[in-house]
Parts: sequence; structure tokens; C-alpha cells
Amino acid sequence: MSLNIIVLAKQVPDTRNVGKDAMKEDGTINRAALPAIFNPEDLNALEQALRLKDANPGSTITLLTMGLPRAAEIIREAIYRGADTGIVLTDRALGGADTLATSYSLAQAVKKIGNYDIILGGRQAIDGDTAQVGPQIAEKLGIPQVTYAEEILELKDGYVTVKRRLENGVETVKAPLPCVVTVNGTAADCRPRNAMRVQKYKYAASPSEAAALSDERKALLEKRPYLNLQEWSAAYVEADPAQIGLPGSPTKVKNVENVVFATKECRVLDDSDAAIEDLVKELITNHTIG
Amino acid sequence: MDQNNLIVYLEIEDGRVADVSLELLTKGRVLAEKLGVKLEAVAVGDNLDTVAEQVFPYGVDRLYRVADKRLSPYTSNPHSAVLINLFREIKPQICLMGATCIGRDLGPRVSSCLHSGLTADCTALEIGDHTDARTKQEYKDLLLQIRPAFGGNIVATIVNPECRPQMATVREGVMKKEVYDPAHKGEVIDLDAKKYVSDEDFVVEILDRHIEKSKINIKNSPIIVAGGYGVGSKENFKLLHDLAETLGAEVGASRAAVDAGFTEHARQIGQTGVTVRPKLYIACGISGQIQHIAGMQESSIIISINNDPNAPINTIADYVITGNLEEVVPKLIKYYKKNSK
Repeated sequence: MSLNIIVLAKQVPDTRNVGKDAMKEDGTINRAALPAIFNPEDLNALEQALRLKDANPGSTITLLTMGLPRAAEIIREAIYRGADTGIVLTDRALGGADTLATSYSLAQAVKKIGNYDIILGGRQAIDGDTAQVGPQIAEKLGIPQVTYAEEILELKDGYVTVKRRLENGVETVKAPLPCVVTVNGTAADCRPRNAMRVQKYKYAASPSEAAALSDERKALLEKRPYLNLQEWSAAYVEADPAQIGLPGSPTKVKNVENVVFATKECRVLDDSDAAIEDLVKELITNHTIG
Repeated sequence: MDQNNLIVYLEIEDGRVADVSLELLTKGRVLAEKLGVKLEAVAVGDNLDTVAEQVFPYGVDRLYRVADKRLSPYTSNPHSAVLINLFREIKPQICLMGATCIGRDLGPRVSSCLHSGLTADCTALEIGDHTDARTKQEYKDLLLQIRPAFGGNIVATIVNPECRPQMATVREGVMKKEVYDPAHKGEVIDLDAKKYVSDEDFVVEILDRHIEKSKINIKNSPIIVAGGYGVGSKENFKLLHDLAETLGAEVGASRAAVDAGFTEHARQIGQTGVTVRPKLYIACGISGQIQHIAGMQESSIIISINNDPNAPINTIADYVITGNLEEVVPKLIKYYKKNSK
């Protein structure tokens, strides 16, 4: 059975490795200092999609991402690893969206894609850590959700069986298709790029990217239709302007503050035996330990 | 029935209300009093007989019980349906849930259907006013939802000016659990499950379930030995376990150490893990990303062992030992054994 699989992914700033230059002197974030990466758990989701494709020859994987035009980068990355095609949902009108407006916009794009059997995505994105968009899309599409997935065990006869990783254990559930499955970071890592696919698709480009390319590269895109990545606008997915972007977001940011911790006075010790024995004695004497 | 109250969704396993729900009731009581409204709670599941006596001491004025065998264990659609239909009736102004596997599965689905704003993983909740910067419209007594963003490097205050309920999730341990009044009694309202959830909602079937009571209890441990990326390996984490065993402590970890696979997620301390307040926190090879510090800064005494004398965590430490933990940790064990009685 061939499947139509949609993988939801996000290009995110790499907040895990925030260096000293990540904050500007005025306390705002220096986005330029943070590399834009493929959200890690979305790669876990892509791997589950690729396994479904391996088991069901003829299946197609479409990567759907919402963001800036440069998010086409993660579509190419997904194609190098085995995805078939991708769509960037990008529009100024989508800017400033909270999770609810984001899920509405993405759900509209999913409806436009139409015929789908399963939607996979990472549990959460590292720039927000909310884990909300997956379940919200499921609700908007009126289909079930399976969150915290660690492994898709089986997909047949219109059902998917999934192992979930919860705080204190595991759960195996069976959900009817179509459904949304959000995948945990504890799931299998994504396979690496395939060298042949990199060769074949390295010149793939979205219309925004193509505009800045040489005539030679533009001609290549015309000659090889599979190199054209799609870019969809809010109007194209028939999104209600009142439900997208900042105006469509019920949550508003009231203010943002830098995190500053009160500095304490501290005693600096070396690692000599005497220093450490003194410290241990002090902690025993004041009943901190023992 | 009166509307516009504050409601807490109770997480229940084997008839027992989860700590995170009791923590939210404690906070919810304070917020409800500030607003002059009732504190409500909703219990959805099976075997709910003792829930009332468990939650009334935390100041619950009204408990809604929705009992049906099929509602336990938790599944997404049925619990969402109960909350959505109940909220349409009782119109709460605020709904709080634990930022757990359940709350983070349920909250988004409910908020999406009711078109209400939801803020995940709040670290503080307050009541306050808000003026919209663009329209200049003023809003009184909103729920100020304070949460870290951007990997914990900034803290944002989020409001839901127009939509109700204002929904927020909070991680376990972030709020303190405190009995409001042991003698406090509220009313119990039993609702007919069939009116709130339909057979079609039971679409996802649980085939198998293994939930263990976590053996790891870092939240309540008075001493924590925590390791970061600087510990270097799973093997080196054994050193930390040795020290913890000697001191009667529990082992914790930073997100970087968990992500690197040095130890299990249940030990993660910080904004995306557990918040702890031990009397002694020994940070080993932890550089001190903001998101980690936020989860342990209220520790009474902090010792940082790090070979980098400029590790950010040192600024909040009481004692800084500059050196390799492979050498320092065995010395701590040795001199504790020598000097303790």
C-alpha cells in the first residue's frame, strides 16, 4: 500500500548552543549569531516517515514548513535524506503567529495538499518548546493525535500502532488513519544524507531563491521540474486573514525581559586534598550533609 | 450556576491526584482569591471516589466529577471532549493544567477547539492589568503567564486579552504545594459522562501500558548531585552516583547531559525538566545555561565543580571548586567517609 505522508518541520535558531555573543548589548537576541537548523525532533519524525516509506514502496513524503523563504533549506535537507518534495508556507501576513494561528495556517496548507494518510512532526520545536502545534493541527483537521511517539510499530488496514514514551513508562496505542503523530527525541535518529540524492537535488530551489539565481541555474530549474520547490502564500491555502499572523493570535506578548540571576559571593577552592577536606568538614559541621 | 471561575484539570492515576495538580490548586487558590472567584477542579476518569477528600484541603470550592470506565486511562479525544463541552457551559476565565505528557496533549486540543490562547510551561502566574500597545485598549485582571522563551535566554510575559478561558500549563515542581485549610469543604457535582463525550470520541485504543512509579525522586531530595555535559560520558556519571550514594543524595542532570545520552530524562533539572530546591546542590561539569539555572537557583547551598573557572554557574554558586571532577568527586567521597560519624 502506498501512502501519502506529510512531515511537518520547522527551521529554528539553534538555541541549544547559545554563546556569549548571542545576546546584544541592549539585551535583545542576536539572531545572526545563532545558526538556523532543522528542528531536531522533526528529524526524528522524518526518520519514522522514511521507515514507513521503506515498508510501503511507492509512498511519497511531502515536507511542509512554515517560515521565512529561507526555510527551503530544510526541505532540501529532507530531500537529501529521502523525502520526495516540500512546500514552504511563507507570507508576511503569517508573521507573529502564536501556536494557534500557526496550527490554523498549517492545517489550511494540509487541506490544500488534500489526500494524506498520516501526518508526522516533531514533538516540539526548540525555539518555543510548547509541543502545541501538532495537537492543534489534529483538532483543526478533526482527526486523532498520538503524541510523544517513540516508534511506529505497524501501519496496516487503516490503523497505525505506535509506542509512546511517557514520563514514567510506555504505552502502545492503535489509532485510525488519518492521524497526527508527534515524535519524541528518544526515537531513532534520522538517517544521514544520501550522496546520490545530494547530487541530484542540490540545485533544487524555491521561487524566492530562484529569483536571485544566475540565468544558467534558472534554465536548469525549467529543464528539470523536480528541482522546483513549492512556495505557498496565505491566500493560496485560503487562510482567513483574521485567523493568521499576529491578528489571529489570541496570546499576545506583554513584555520580554532578559534573564538576570543575582550573583552571589562565593568561595573559590582548589582541588587539593586539604581544601576539599576542609569543605567537607564545614558542611558536616553546619549539618548540610551527614 | 455561576461562571467565570478558575478551574484546574486534575491528573489522576490509580485514583490518586498527581502532585502537579495539587501544586496548581495551591496557586489557583491564590489567584482565585485575588480575582474574587471560585476555585474549581475537574476530575475525569474512573475510580474518583476519594478525589474530593484529596483536593478540598487545597481550597477547592467546587469539584466536577465525570466518571466512566472508558475515561481511564487518559486518551486525547474523550478527555478533550469532556473539557470542551464543560467549558462551553461553565465558561471558566482561567484553566490550569500540568505541563505533563497528559496536559501537553490535552491543553492544545482544547484550546484549538475553543479558540482560546494557551501558554506552555509557565514558570510564574500572576494577575495584572494590560494595555494593548497598538489599540491602547485596557484590560483589567488578566492572567499574566510568565514563561522562558528562546531556550531560556529571555523571559516573556504572555496575556490572552480577548479569548477565554486563558489557559496555561505548568511543570511539576515549579509551584509549591501547600494545604490551604485541612477543614475546607467544597461542593461536588457529578456530571453524566454520556452528555459530555460520545462513543465516536473513543477512537484511539490503548493496547498496552506500562507505567511505573518513578524510582527517581529528585524533586524531594534534600541533596542533589547533578552532572552536565562536562561529565563527559555515561561511565563518568557513575562517579556522581557513587557520591550521591555516599551522601544519601539523588542524581540530577542538565539538559545537555540528557541530550548527550549520559543519563535518563527523568533526572533532567531546569526549565524543560524538574525544578528543585534542595539544601545542597553539587553541580558537576555544568556550565550553567540559563534554562538549567532557572530550575535550581533556589537551592540553599550550591557547590560548582568545574575545570572552567569562568563557567556561568559559578556566579550563583556558594563554593567553586576549580578542577577535574574525576579527581574532585572521589576526594569528596573519601573525606566524607573519613569525617562523618
